[in-house]
Amino acid sequence: MKRHATRRIFAAAAALTLLAACGSDSDDSSSDDSDQWYVQADFDEQNAQRDATFEGDPATPWLQYIDGEMTDTAAFASPGAKKVCFANASVSNPWRQTGFLTMQQQLEVLVGQGAISEMETRDAQDDDNTQIADIDYFISEGNCDAFIISPNSTAAITPAVERACETGKPVVVFDRGVETDCATTFIHPIGGYAWGIDTAEFLVDNLEEGDKVIALRILPGVDVLETRWAAAEKILDENGIEHEDHFTGADPTEIKKIISDALVQGDVDGVWMDAGDGAVAAIEAFEDAGVDYPVMTGEDEMSFLRKWEDTGLTGLAPVYSNFQWRTPLLAVQMIFAGQPVPAEWVLPQTPITEDERAEYLAANEGLPDGHYAKFGGEDLPGFPQVWIDREVG
Amino acid sequence: MTTTTRPDERPGLPAHSRSFGARLAAGAATPGGAVYVLVLVLLVSIIISNPNFGEPGALIRFAGRTAPIAIAAMGQYYVIVSGEFDLSMGAVVTTQVVIAGNMAGDDSSQVVPVLVLMLVVGALIGLVNGLVTTLLRVPSFIVTLGTMLALFGFLRYRAGVAPAGNPVDEFREIGRGGIQDVPVVEVIPYPLIIVVVLATLAAFSMRRPFGRSLVATGDNPDAARLGGTSVWWVKTRAFMISSLSATVAGIILVGYAGGRAVGQGYEFSAITAVVVGGVVLGGGRGWVLSAAAGAYALELLFVLLTVLHVPSTWRDSVQGLIIIVAVAASARVWQVGRRGGAPPPTTEPDPINDPINDPTTDSATPTPPTPGTHQGEHR
Amino acid sequence: MRGRSAGLSSTAIVYLVLLATTVVGAVLTATVGRNFFSSGNISAILTATSILGLIAIGQTLVILVGSLDLSVPYVVSLASIIGGTTMAGESGNIVPAVLLTLAVAAAIGLANGLVVSQLHVHGFIATLGVGLVVSGYIGTNYQGSSGSAPKAFRAVDEAKIGPVPVSVLIMLALAALAFLMLSRTRIGHHMYAVGGSPEVARLSGLRTSPPVVVAHVLCSVLAGVAGLLLLSRLSVGSPTIGSQGGYDLLSIAAVVLGGTLLAGGRGGIVGTLGGVAIFAVMDNTMGALEVNPFLKDVVRGVIIIAAVAVYARRNLQVRPARFDRSVPPAPAGSTPPPAQEVR
Repeated sequence: MKRHATRRIFAAAAALTLLAACGSDSDDSSSDDSDQWYVQADFDEQNAQRDATFEGDPATPWLQYIDGEMTDTAAFASPGAKKVCFANASVSNPWRQTGFLTMQQQLEVLVGQGAISEMETRDAQDDDNTQIADIDYFISEGNCDAFIISPNSTAAITPAVERACETGKPVVVFDRGVETDCATTFIHPIGGYAWGIDTAEFLVDNLEEGDKVIALRILPGVDVLETRWAAAEKILDENGIEHEDHFTGADPTEIKKIISDALVQGDVDGVWMDAGDGAVAAIEAFEDAGVDYPVMTGEDEMSFLRKWEDTGLTGLAPVYSNFQWRTPLLAVQMIFAGQPVPAEWVLPQTPITEDERAEYLAANEGLPDGHYAKFGGEDLPGFPQVWIDREVG
Repeated sequence: MTTTTRPDERPGLPAHSRSFGARLAAGAATPGGAVYVLVLVLLVSIIISNPNFGEPGALIRFAGRTAPIAIAAMGQYYVIVSGEFDLSMGAVVTTQVVIAGNMAGDDSSQVVPVLVLMLVVGALIGLVNGLVTTLLRVPSFIVTLGTMLALFGFLRYRAGVAPAGNPVDEFREIGRGGIQDVPVVEVIPYPLIIVVVLATLAAFSMRRPFGRSLVATGDNPDAARLGGTSVWWVKTRAFMISSLSATVAGIILVGYAGGRAVGQGYEFSAITAVVVGGVVLGGGRGWVLSAAAGAYALELLFVLLTVLHVPSTWRDSVQGLIIIVAVAASARVWQVGRRGGAPPPTTEPDPINDPINDPTTDSATPTPPTPGTHQGEHR
Repeated sequence: MRGRSAGLSSTAIVYLVLLATTVVGAVLTATVGRNFFSSGNISAILTATSILGLIAIGQTLVILVGSLDLSVPYVVSLASIIGGTTMAGESGNIVPAVLLTLAVAAAIGLANGLVVSQLHVHGFIATLGVGLVVSGYIGTNYQGSSGSAPKAFRAVDEAKIGPVPVSVLIMLALAALAFLMLSRTRIGHHMYAVGGSPEVARLSGLRTSPPVVVAHVLCSVLAGVAGLLLLSRLSVGSPTIGSQGGYDLLSIAAVVLGGTLLAGGRGGIVGTLGGVAIFAVMDNTMGALEVNPFLKDVVRGVIIIAAVAVYARRNLQVRPARFDRSVPPAPAGSTPPPAQEVR
């Protein structure tokens, strides 16, 4: 019996070693993988776009764009209300939820104007496979006049978007991109690199060489988030700011633990976040440890703006323009009116600075913590109650 | 084989009559005891790697912040030792966080009513889980998976993704505050006090008839039933305790960190903590305090990984290996214990565990049944 | 053997539930002016069964031997990545890529199986642990979509015979193989025996480890096939595609919805396919009705519990007075023992 047991242990140990070996093999290849997300050309382009001139009225930033190639939509021009089919990645975080609420109110306006008859929405619940099926379903069953697609991920959704394009109907892609330019227009704020540049430059300006920054990231493998850190990391490195990054799953408990442990080990001078979720927990960790507030970048989420004001810390609220959720339906209206639309519709993306903070707090008073200040829906019907009730769908 | 089962505080250790030191050593060699050694080893490793963590203030804060997962682990213990699973725990935590944020938003007079409401909601969820499992005979894995889906879905549908905000500061004080100006440690966090009180109650409850019936039920439900235990009610209470513990964890967490997205995956953390504490999935074996110790061991492990600057992407892997090794080790120890490395415990015969008339009890095979997958033949 | 006979009868209920779901779904779909039975919709429903179906077949085997597999999402992701990076867009690499992927998947399954059977670690923890190990490996080494599938490989997902996607045919073919293995081979019978009562199996001279290990290996390989199919659909390997689908818990739910006993020993592939189809029809109907995505989860949760409660109730009524699982199986037409001793 004893020998038998020993053999079992050997067998199982072998199995575990096998797994461990899978792991160690990769060590050599893994060291420089952060570069996978750093593309110098994209960095340079977005860096330039931060200072670009935007066409259109700054009072309606969701209609502004950087001058560039336009898509001729004369062929799509036709009268009557159109049916729009919207393949949404998900409404699983407050940012997407705020945006979707705005989109529905924009829809109400356009239905009232007779431009759009209805919008059928399918929600992929954060799954590429589901979203591909959703798009294929729309193509075969949807009776759609136009498609709006907010891709769940860039490369994986590309073939499905191409199939939508092949129908010959207008296709509007927004938020995350796809690897094809077949869409009638691709709407997005400047992008992740711009976020990384804005935030890292702010930290560099307000910190000394050798200071330490904790980067709180949500999860690996999502391109819009990865590029934010890729750009920020590069700039922090160049300026001799020490940093360590952690994945938090946006869980405030996790965030607070990470900061608390970092504070036990030594000073933390700055906090960088790739999204504002949980910023408050990070700040509270400093309060509970009884140390000075860090220099911090969060997001234009109300919870952060409010805490920022309460504490008076040195901060910046980078923005991934939530008002972009208004643009796709307006683009559909323009397309069927035969008006040209930008082939790549780059929307403004400007951080909220300390000087502008009070203005945004006042404009969004009474809205919940998960609301985003630059949601751009103040003039839509239902404001503010719709964004307070937050009933999606 | 049922005779080797002993509830928590009556470990039928062979060393029962020996000196304290020997008993301690023997205790540490059991899965439920080894976890305390693990906690100690991890703690020492952390302090060696970074002495700052050894300061009393840092230690007590760590002990306080780990309270909610330890409480959840103790709650999960009741369900697991009775032979069931509770996968709805994370959804319950989130439910409570949303209730607290939406109903105790800015009115401190609401704190007590809302707390009561949360406890009632917690108890009700547990009651439903328990009744569907026991009376409708749906496997608890499925019941609580369904509860998890339904609760998460309902919450997000009604409340949006997030609670409107954090509850008032008085409410959050429970999880965030503490007794200030204590010599040496500076502060005693309230969560630490709560976990100590609950652990004491838990240890006590496991010595009571309820605790003994619970373990007996997990070990052999048929025998327990024949012995006069009301199996459905014992298990239902276990589910209620589990949901209530998730509620308490939620109350502390909303104070500790506030915000949203709290609670996701809590059930897996709790189950992992319980098994690292040497409690056997499938029921009938393990100590409640070891489940809490398992939670501390896991959290210490995460701190150690941080201190050693293990890249955060590798932490999943390390955690995975550790839980396999921990459980494999405890499986071996239980197995050796049962193989006759030790004589059967000498405690009085337990009528509840008497296997008479039970066709499924096979006393001729005192080894743990199948390869790992069955902790008892009554799965 | 007894599992087979018991499986047949509970399978009948599963398919009655599927029929009811379909009728309700067709009526509801008609109320919004859609045709449930249009070839496009049928094709959509079938496609929805392919990935979950593959994983659920493997999960059935693992559950039959009394274990669980929570590592499937990570195996799926890893398979799509290994397949994608090995193919690297070259159709000449397809065969080696597929072989390598399935070999890695099999190795993970072997690790699962050995940890469960040799180290006596509960399947829940063993596969959770192995899954975490793989997850850390993926997270460290692949931070976004990797590799690419050549056109020839992408054609696998796009191809259809009538309204039936080839991916579904692949799934059904593998389901048929699994069915034959369970009903016709020695190892299949041993799986039922070990899952039904490990004690009896052991006492009757069975080595209990091989069925457990084989089930785990096959489960991981099937998850690997699912990962390759997703690679064909997505055209790139994705480090999160498995977790996105939530295939661990969903596949277990589908298996149980298909009438297989979570404790092991009873049930089968045919029922699981029914369970998967019920999910697909439900999702399709809720999609056509534009049900709020969160309410969909509520409906899924309630349906799972309700369906399993129905099976369990039926079992209660027909359960002979003193029968228990160590007693020889009842003849065909009887049903699994009460789920209460189950988990």
